[in-house]
Amino acid sequence: MTGRYPDYDVLAKRDTPSWNDVTRRTVYRRLDLPRMPRYFSEAEWRTLGAVCDRIMPQPSGRERIPLPALVDAKIFERHEDGYRLASMPGQGEAWKRGLAALDAEARTRHELDFASLGPDDQDALLRAMQKGELTHDAWGGMPSKAFFEHRVIADVTHCYYSHPIAWNEIGFGGPASPRGYVRMGLNRRDPWEGAEAAPGEQAEARRINQRVG
Amino acid sequence: MSADPFAAPRAANGRAPDVFRHGGWVPMRQYREDDEVDFAVVGTGAGGAPLIARLAETGFSVIGFDAGPYFRPLEDFASDEWEQNKLYWTDQRVIDGANPMVQGGKNSGKAVGGSTVHFAMVSLRFRPEWFKSRSQLGYGADWPLDWREMWAYYGQAEEALKIAGPVTYPWGPKRPRYPYRPHELNGAAEILARGAEALGYKWTATPLATVSAPRGASPPCVYRGFCRFGCSTNAKQSQLVTFIPRALAAGAEIRDLAMVGRIETGTDGRATGIHYHREGQWRFQKARNVVVAGYAVETPRLLLASANDRYPDGLANSSGLVGKNLMTQANQAAFGVMQDEVRWYKGPPSLSLTEHWNYEDRKDFAGGYCWMAQGPLPIEWVTVQTGARGIWGEQLRREMEKYNHQVGLKMVGEMLPDERNRVTLDEERDQFGLRIARVTYSWGDNDKALIRHALDQMHWSLEAAGATEIFRQENDTNHLAGTARMGFDAKTSVVNADCRSWDIPNLWVCDGSVFPTTGGVNPSLTITSIALRTADRIEALAARGEL
Repeated sequence: MTGRYPDYDVLAKRDTPSWNDVTRRTVYRRLDLPRMPRYFSEAEWRTLGAVCDRIMPQPSGRERIPLPALVDAKIFERHEDGYRLASMPGQGEAWKRGLAALDAEARTRHELDFASLGPDDQDALLRAMQKGELTHDAWGGMPSKAFFEHRVIADVTHCYYSHPIAWNEIGFGGPASPRGYVRMGLNRRDPWEGAEAAPGEQAEARRINQRVG
Repeated sequence: MSADPFAAPRAANGRAPDVFRHGGWVPMRQYREDDEVDFAVVGTGAGGAPLIARLAETGFSVIGFDAGPYFRPLEDFASDEWEQNKLYWTDQRVIDGANPMVQGGKNSGKAVGGSTVHFAMVSLRFRPEWFKSRSQLGYGADWPLDWREMWAYYGQAEEALKIAGPVTYPWGPKRPRYPYRPHELNGAAEILARGAEALGYKWTATPLATVSAPRGASPPCVYRGFCRFGCSTNAKQSQLVTFIPRALAAGAEIRDLAMVGRIETGTDGRATGIHYHREGQWRFQKARNVVVAGYAVETPRLLLASANDRYPDGLANSSGLVGKNLMTQANQAAFGVMQDEVRWYKGPPSLSLTEHWNYEDRKDFAGGYCWMAQGPLPIEWVTVQTGARGIWGEQLRREMEKYNHQVGLKMVGEMLPDERNRVTLDEERDQFGLRIARVTYSWGDNDKALIRHALDQMHWSLEAAGATEIFRQENDTNHLAGTARMGFDAKTSVVNADCRSWDIPNLWVCDGSVFPTTGGVNPSLTITSIALRTADRIEALAARGEL
């Protein structure tokens, strides 16, 4: 894989002192999540998948982060935020209503459901939602802007960056207990941290990253 | 492997978890529900835990109740942002107002040890004038406490938590040397120093409640960087590994997974005990004194929910001020990109700070603020990117790839008390059938002026340190205060200087709720110092027969 941290794989450290038992259990469970809806209906699942693909498009040539499964698990397993805006229902109800409303908006504008639209039309609807311009009855009084900020953006991006593949992409060290880190200052890298490729110098970084562990 | 800490209480059968050993236990004294204990303390965080320990050490019979589980960090804490959401208060709350205040990790905890289990460990003293900000600085309200007395309690708290800090602190009156040496700076902290010096401001290594050398069963900090998601090595001097073990050793009982729903009062108007939910049923514990230490949302929620025929507006509320004057702190930031590799995920997140604008009064707004170096982990960081910039899609993924070159300066700023900012009871009920809290918050003109000032300052400082692509995070707050303020009389406050209710003499409040103003530094050390003072006061009152 190319990118800033070629061949850096946080999971290569899973049997090193950077990972303890509870971390291994936690992350393995996440990697093994069922790739099927447990909270959402099949129709909602399809719309959710289309939303995830636009909010966090994923590069080809690598395994995909299963975003719909992660969002579904958040609700199914009652992973709560601890608050909701007075104008919004709880997370599960908000998602169900929001996805239905998005499909209703798509049908009104294009006579197709959201997942059947092209990427540009999907983005245009999401941007309108971000600005709070969507006001179809199907929203049931929930502000589309609030749904976008507090559910769509928050849940999808949090799920994305909860996954080791995303940690590789940004060069995050990942789990670090009990070993922690030693080289703290600017421009210092511990041997168990990913190396960043200087422009045009993928090979050297790849060589280092294959030995990170 | 021990049982799931959420499935059933761990503190039972004469023992409590040994937080320093996998699967370990320590003996725990237990009281019967019809034993009228001297003190029932609701909450085991920065205010509750020191009070429980000190009261037990004085010889009182004490039970500490916490709604959350009793963790053993070594076996229960993953190095994982998502999983560690289990440390926060995630029962439903409704937020509204012009600036709805986000709840969760930024201002709550639900565990034995409270939010100190995941706090950023920043341990700062108030500026002395803040205890008299109305009469000396012209804003807010005066505290019924004297800063010189507080200075001594700060010293006790710093010693009890073995704060690691600089040899000399650049601002305020002389203070003793910190017990442990300061931590080394990470890249993000170096940039703060560079940016402060460029503006001509002093800076210092942040005094932190994580040890820089061994202490008992706590090893020195290994700089793993997950501090705000629970310390899995026990370097962090949270209440869970400091005052709670002290409390057990002194004969206190801790009841975990125990949600207190109502305080009972008797025919004489005094508190008689608490109703709490544990192991599937409501129970009642008799007590001679009740201390509420649930922090500025749960404390007023419990006082209001305990309303009865005699106290129709809730307990300790003859002033009508319970729930009012809720404060948070401005937590805005400026972020930028360095040529250097910073890798800000290493080490405690805020290893350096400047309090310049807490001690400089030539400015056009009331209150002060500090700013600190930052080290957000990926989920926190994407929250900043999406919240502050509104970006998503391919653009977001590309921006996130700059992670290891990002730096940031984040403020902790004083917001002013305002009665319209408050906690009330919503009609909706939680899993225990209790009415949930509604948190209403709007920033005032002074709050906005302070934020504007700080954002400019942090922006210039980052620029001077060599950062590019600077952007501002304009909407973030953290910490809580107010809602049961201490004061000089029963009309204008809820408790007196001893944290004792004016209305019900055997009802006390001991947490950040008692703050009349919130200052421009993180509140935990002040909460703990007040708890230590309250313990001394209770001992003195008891000796005089005035409890």
